[in-house]
Amino acid sequence: MTGEAIAFYVLAAITLASGIVVVTSPNLVHSAVALIPALLGVTGVYILLDAEFLAGIQVLIYAGGITVLILFVIMLTEGGTGLRVRQRNEQGPIAAAVSAAVAALFIALAGRTPWAHGAGTLPSYTPGAIGQSFLGPNLLLFEGTSVVLLVTLVGAIMIARKEDGA
Amino acid sequence: MITLTHYLVLSALLFGLGLYAVLSRRNAVAMLMGIELMLNAANINLVAFNKYAAPGAMQGQIFALIVITLAACEAAVGLALILAAYRRFETTYVDDLSLMKW
Repeated sequence: MTGEAIAFYVLAAITLASGIVVVTSPNLVHSAVALIPALLGVTGVYILLDAEFLAGIQVLIYAGGITVLILFVIMLTEGGTGLRVRQRNEQGPIAAAVSAAVAALFIALAGRTPWAHGAGTLPSYTPGAIGQSFLGPNLLLFEGTSVVLLVTLVGAIMIARKEDGA
Repeated sequence: MITLTHYLVLSALLFGLGLYAVLSRRNAVAMLMGIELMLNAANINLVAFNKYAAPGAMQGQIFALIVITLAACEAAVGLALILAAYRRFETTYVDDLSLMKW
């Protein structure tokens, strides 16, 4: 077993185990905190896939930003940890069956499809290549995303703002 | 030897977990956490295909970055909506949020 294989299996185990806690824990705060190791496991997978810049962004935005935002909202709403309230609806078995079926379908498809192997190699310094690509062939994508970010900022403030008398 | 299929299997399992959270959870915040897991599964796919199927192009990583950005947007707007709904209806449990208009 090579080092790469060991790293992959350890990271996959961390990700999936924390993912199960996120999905099943009756305590919402436990779910939100378990989201952090799950996202850090995905970060490790990015590093295995030679995407170091993406790994840094993942830690900054997901593990640092989104989980803190989720924890804030859990604290701000009255349920808190939600331990006294039923956390799942009546569709548990159906939901489990559908999710398992979808995952099994994806796994079967991934195993059966003969994936093509493209030519070329990854650039040795991916942040530079990503920057060049964002300001070159993908400029429209870049600008579109900035507009979406701006609209989101304004929209989130508008929606979350306290309405007078309402 | 870790191949593309290993990453695709990991991503499929993570996607299944997220889907299960979205389908079976009652709390809107927990459903959002499931959506984050599903977006991460999609990102693993994008980056894995970038490395194994088209190493010369950076499109997979570019798309993964865009997905991360949009996930942050979605989390911000989604949590703002949950807060607004909580202020009006005093609940974050989606099966109690059944009214289109108060």
